[in-house]
Formats: sequence, C-alpha cells, structure tokens
Amino acid sequence: MTETLESFFQMFEYDFMIRAIVGGILVSLCAALLGVSLVLKRYSMIGDGLSHVGFGSLAIAASMNLTSPLHLAMPVVVISAFFLLRLSSNSKIKGDAAIALVSTSALAIGITVATMTKSMDTDLNSYLFGSILSMSEQDMWFSVVLSVIVLVLFVIFYNKIFAVTFDENFAKATGTKAGIYNMIIAMLTALTIVVGMKMMGSLLISSLIIFPAITSMRVCKRFITVIISSALVSVICFFIGLTISYLYSTPVGASIVIVNLAALVLYSLTGAGIRLVRTRK
Amino acid sequence: MKLLECDNVSFSYENTEVIKNLSFSLNEGEYLCIVGENGSGKSTLIKGLLGLKPTSGGKIIRWNGLRPNETGYLPQQTPTQKDFPASVYEVVLSGRLNSRGFRPFYSREDKKIAEDNIRRLGIESLRNQSYRDLSGGQQQRVLLARALCASKRLLLLDEPVTGLDPLITEEMYRLIESLNKEEKITIIMVSHDIGAAVKYATHILHLNDNKSFFGTTADYLKSSTGRSFLITDDSEPHQTETRNEK
Repeated sequence: MTETLESFFQMFEYDFMIRAIVGGILVSLCAALLGVSLVLKRYSMIGDGLSHVGFGSLAIAASMNLTSPLHLAMPVVVISAFFLLRLSSNSKIKGDAAIALVSTSALAIGITVATMTKSMDTDLNSYLFGSILSMSEQDMWFSVVLSVIVLVLFVIFYNKIFAVTFDENFAKATGTKAGIYNMIIAMLTALTIVVGMKMMGSLLISSLIIFPAITSMRVCKRFITVIISSALVSVICFFIGLTISYLYSTPVGASIVIVNLAALVLYSLTGAGIRLVRTRK
Repeated sequence: MKLLECDNVSFSYENTEVIKNLSFSLNEGEYLCIVGENGSGKSTLIKGLLGLKPTSGGKIIRWNGLRPNETGYLPQQTPTQKDFPASVYEVVLSGRLNSRGFRPFYSREDKKIAEDNIRRLGIESLRNQSYRDLSGGQQQRVLLARALCASKRLLLLDEPVTGLDPLITEEMYRLIESLNKEEKITIIMVSHDIGAAVKYATHILHLNDNKSFFGTTADYLKSSTGRSFLITDDSEPHQTETRNEK
C-alpha cells in the first residue's frame, strides 16, 4: 500500500506527467462542456468523425516530416468540422451516414499514407490508441489557451447555448442566430479533439465528449447541473484513468475510457435507485 | 388594428412553388386557424411568418411596431426534447432570449416575466421538475409559457394538440381560447383538427393547391372549400391522421 502511495506521489515528479495531467485535465474539461450540447443535439458522432480526420491529417503531416504536425492537423480538422455540421443539417446523404463516410475515408487515407512512407511505423499504435508521453509543452500551453476560450465563451453564451440546444427552431424564430453557435461549438470541439488526440488516441478521444454528458444525464435533471456534473465527472475520470495507467502501465486512453464507463454504470444505478425511491413514496 | 399582413406572398423550395400569391391580413385580437391537407404548405407558411424562410415573391408586413422576433412560437416537439435534462423554469426563461440582444444574462425583469407566465399557465408545482419527466400535456403548457415569454401580442402555434389525449386536448384549446379572449393575444394556429378550428377560430385560412380560402369562420362554413372539407371530415369522424409532413 505504501509503495503504491509512494509511486503515486512520484507521478508528479516527472515533467511529462505534469504536462499530461495539466493538458489532459483541461482537454477533458473542454470536451465535457462541449459534449453536453453535442450529445443533446444528436451530434455525438461528429466528435468521432473529427478524430478520424485528425488521424488522417497527422499521418500526412508525419509523412511530410513536418516539425509540428498540429499546424497541419488543426486547420484540416476545423474545416472538416464545418463540413460535417453542414452535412448533418442539410444534405442528401443523412448525417450519420455522412459522418461514417468521412471518418472511414480519413482513416483509410491516413493508414495508407503512413504505411507507404513508413513515417508512422513506430508510433502508429500510439496515434490510434494514445500515449502518455505525447503531451508536448506546446500542446499543454495550447490546451490552457483553449480551455480559457471555451470557459469564457460558455459563460457568456450559456443562455444562448441552452436555447439553441433545447430548441433550435424556437431560438431561430426569436432571432437567435443558431447557426453561429453550432459552428462555434463544432470549431471548439475540433480544436479540443486535435489537442487531446495524441494522448487519448484517435480511436478513443470521442469518449471524452460523449461519456460525461451521458453519465450526468442519468442523474441530473437540470441543464446547469448536467453541465457542472459533466465537467467534474470528466476531470475526475481522466485523473483516475491517468493514475491507473501510470501505476499499472495500462494504455492511458483505454484506462480513461474504462473509468468513464464505470462512472456511467455508477450514475445509471444511482439514477435508477432515485427513481425507485420516488415511485415508492 | 392590423397586426400582420401577407401581400401576394409566395414560397418555393428549389423550383417547386409551395405557396403561390397568398394574401391575408390579421387584426389584433383575432384567432386564425390554418388548415389544409398534408403538403399544402402549412409548415412552409409558418416558417415564412417566423422569418425562417425567405419569401420568393410578395411580402410579409408587420404593423403597429410588431418586431420580427416578437412572435411567441410553439413549435412541434422534436425527438431531442423528449429526454432533455432541463427544469421547467430553465425552459420557460429561455423564452426571454429575444429580449436580450447581445447582453448575455437574464435580468430580474426577465425572471419575473418567466415566473408570471409559469403562474398564468398553472404550472407552479412543476417549476423545478425536469421537462423530460412531464406528460405530453404538461410539456405543451411549459412550451406555451415559454412562447408567452417571447411575446404578449402574437402567438404562433404549430399543431399544439398533436399526441395529446382528448381530455387534455380540450383543456389545451380552452387555455388558448382564454389567452385570446381574456389577454387579447392574437393567435395563429396550424391545425389538423378542423372541428376545433371552426369552433374556436375567428378566421380560417384553408391552404389548397388550386384555391386557398381566407375569411371569417362563418364565411368559411358557407364556402364550397369549407363545406367539402367539413363533409369529408364528417364522413370519417374517427379518422386518425398519418402525418408525414416535413
């Protein structure tokens, strides 16, 4: 026991762990806030689509030997977010199918490029499933800036985000430009995904967006409490997952997803319990 | 006093004209029911009146300083809302959004208006409950309270009784009637329920491919459009509508 505790405190002595903790917590926070709106609007799969596009663009960036692959990935993913949103709302191909088309294509292109140029040989695995070592100093500072932007926009536009999420038609009818808020959320999601992707893995990053919101909705009844609970659940699950990954050398992204799954089960049981007690009364 | 006027208005999707040269006007305090078969353009007209769809001809004129965003709208419910975690108060308050402009937070007055409308619709006891736990009729009341927060002059109701049982339907109609008669709120309601339309509305707009009708309810009952529509309706009194309208 004391050994585990000792190695727990050792965790904070490594620079790479500090970066992973700070960057990861901030990315989890952003993902959770944005996720509530995305999940409720039935846009959850956009996150998944974007992470695959992110993988494709990182693979291409690696094959071009770019020093900072994020400089390519970021604009590509943000532009894809724009198109995915348009595809989902008004197009002949329905939203879910469109996203599946985009994400599998991006994954296919990424893997082909990576294999042909042998640029990702060593770390293809870590690109797909994440790596605890991958949070660079630059990524960490970017996540700080991003989370400040997300938090400020969330506070300022909270009422508008609520109205647009709950009922887009009503919001539009009373003069709110719903399209702009959808777009802001999609863009911020894109940036969050790109920053978090290397640590969480492109196949697993969308869990950060979806799990906390779904989990919180099991118990919380008000929008504001769903938001606050999602943020807390996301950050706590991230930290527990990261710690487990460090202590027992489990894959970091997968550990975080499993902790999120456990939280979901816990919340679901609590929610069911509360309902049972209510009906008994 | 005139409130809203459509002057030769047309709407089209791509190249198909859904509504062609429609003219009608509505005075303050009137109660208009829009009826018509599926695909006759009812939903399109609603979008047009709300300013969500531009006209392809003619114009919509708002009189007496009625602002475009000053319409209390009761939309049809979306599947998303069925399990939406929001308290009744949060939903009703969001009706005040159009008064905010660029100011991010609700004022004390906004909150008071929300509370007033919660009381007006008799849903005080539901105030802190979650919207998703309410029955269909209660949800419609909440959305009506939200609509009233957006406007005290014009309410636009898109099939407000869809999916409600007969008792609650009757209650909903009474509520709308009292808002119209007692609070002098102008009502525009899209309805499939022609019986209720002629019972409550002062005016009827019947959309039809070739010949639309607009006039008072009394005139509608005498018109050929009205008679043919009512007779077909009477012959199948328990007809259940299947709706595939977009």
